[in-house]
Amino acid sequence: MRLAIEGSAAVARAVALCRPQVIAAYPITPQTHIVENLAQLIADGNLHCEMISVESEFSAASAVLGAAASGSRAYTASSAQGILLMTEVLYNIAGLRIPLVLTCANRAIGAPVSAWNDQQDSMSVRDAGWIQLYCADNQEAVDITIQAFRLAERTELPVMVCMDGFVLTHTLEAIDLPTQAEVDAFVPPYRFNRTLDSRSPLSLGNLVTPDYYTEARYAHHRALLRAQEEIVTTDREWETMTGRSCGGLISVSGPTDAPVGILSIGPVMGTLSDAREEYASLGPVKLIKLRSMRPFPIDALKDACAGLQRLIVLERALSLGAGGILGSGARAALSETPSPPHVFSFAAGLGGRDIPLGIYPRMLEASKSEDCARFAIFDLELDKLAAEDR
Amino acid sequence: MLLKMNVVTALTEIRIDGRGGQGNVIAAYILAEAGFEAGRHVQAFPSFGPERRGAPVAAYVRISDRPFKRRCQILEPNYVIIQDPSLLHLPRIVGVRPEGGTLINSPKDLEELGFAPQSRTAVIPATALAVEILGLPIPNSALLGAFLMLTDLLPMDALEKALARRFEGETLQRNLQLMAAAAKRVTPGLWKEAVHAARN
Repeated sequence: MRLAIEGSAAVARAVALCRPQVIAAYPITPQTHIVENLAQLIADGNLHCEMISVESEFSAASAVLGAAASGSRAYTASSAQGILLMTEVLYNIAGLRIPLVLTCANRAIGAPVSAWNDQQDSMSVRDAGWIQLYCADNQEAVDITIQAFRLAERTELPVMVCMDGFVLTHTLEAIDLPTQAEVDAFVPPYRFNRTLDSRSPLSLGNLVTPDYYTEARYAHHRALLRAQEEIVTTDREWETMTGRSCGGLISVSGPTDAPVGILSIGPVMGTLSDAREEYASLGPVKLIKLRSMRPFPIDALKDACAGLQRLIVLERALSLGAGGILGSGARAALSETPSPPHVFSFAAGLGGRDIPLGIYPRMLEASKSEDCARFAIFDLELDKLAAEDR
Repeated sequence: MLLKMNVVTALTEIRIDGRGGQGNVIAAYILAEAGFEAGRHVQAFPSFGPERRGAPVAAYVRISDRPFKRRCQILEPNYVIIQDPSLLHLPRIVGVRPEGGTLINSPKDLEELGFAPQSRTAVIPATALAVEILGLPIPNSALLGAFLMLTDLLPMDALEKALARRFEGETLQRNLQLMAAAAKRVTPGLWKEAVHAARN
């Protein structure tokens, strides 16, 4: 069914179509509308699900961990400081290999406090052992949410669905919402095979000595690497059913022989796509949209960048003191190729700063020769800083 | 230049200025929903950030005949709708394209408002009409009705369909009545050529 709907409401509808049995969440901007909409669906009798009100995000994550471990399909959502407060539990959920789905409505991290969008929150927990998928528009937010439940249950890995706060969560656009029958077929009833059950006791989360910890980490790492195949398969099967693909692990648009590529994540890819049309006279450019940040698709990225002389990475989060997070990953991956492109890492849109179409020519200009800075934060207004901080 | 016309100008961009709690975000959503009903490609979003009752809030709409993907802010809208006349003198009200139009909700006329327009401007007493017809000071249906009549951007029945998705029964009937009453207050198609020029 096609309808014009706000992103958060659409995601809530998608979650409800997956028939979660337990939802626990604590409100935080810009995630709030998702959980409000779910609460409304439950209150109206349109979703039969236990909604647990909690006093913090730590408890929200703990409650859904427990619910999933005892056999329920569970869901939570958060943003920014809420994700950070969950961090300890996020690592536990992943390490315990608990299948559940979390929506991160991406927001900048304080201090200084910002309610606005960048991707520092989810990027800060990228090493927690979750699958992390990023949505480029609200149709993808719906489609990836549904894919995420299936992926989580097939891989026994939790899936974080990342959607830009405000830019997607608060934007109304046309969405094709799948039917209940389609989603039931795609995400069938599930039984967690390590369900905590007093009739068949087992323990989760025991102390592990050095004799076993390394093996546990190996198994978890391997499970994430193997999940690449499942991510691609799930997306392909979704496309077979709905006619829509979200782009597997990574997707490329533009001429295959373009000398320049721009790699980024999330809805800024849409702005770049319109900009490429607008500034077509600047020559052919490949746009490379990363959907899966974890597992990090090294081989798919190498293929996507084959033949490029320059790769511009548009960063939406930073590793302070090091530089761009995505750019570091891309450099490491591409260093294994025979003639890697020059990689330029440019951060933009931090804490909600607008990313206009005009960033496209500016990035191309700022990377036009090998002598250009390999890392830069765009749109800096240094006169706002004390002299010693410039 | 040709290239720019194809891409940028196929898109109509609208800003609705109001205060938190007055429903201008809903107005933006309804306008986009009307565009959707008319088969257009649409996007509507509030000015991003925390919402505070009474504080100035902008909401934005993009309507296009062809698909678009951009997510950037709208800095130079084709049209501005000002829901609350107390916002008229804020610096953020600037930015409308000179060939566009500004629709103001006020019981006063332009001269009384002391507002120097940067584009063609129309004024309607949308809140007074809403109080009279709805019994509530919610000017959205009036402003959107007048806006579509002025611009001919979408057929009026698209707005009727969008309202019918949000309201029912007596509330819907009164909103349709309000929309029609406000539409009668403006000159049909007065700003139409701006839209047509924008579609070249």
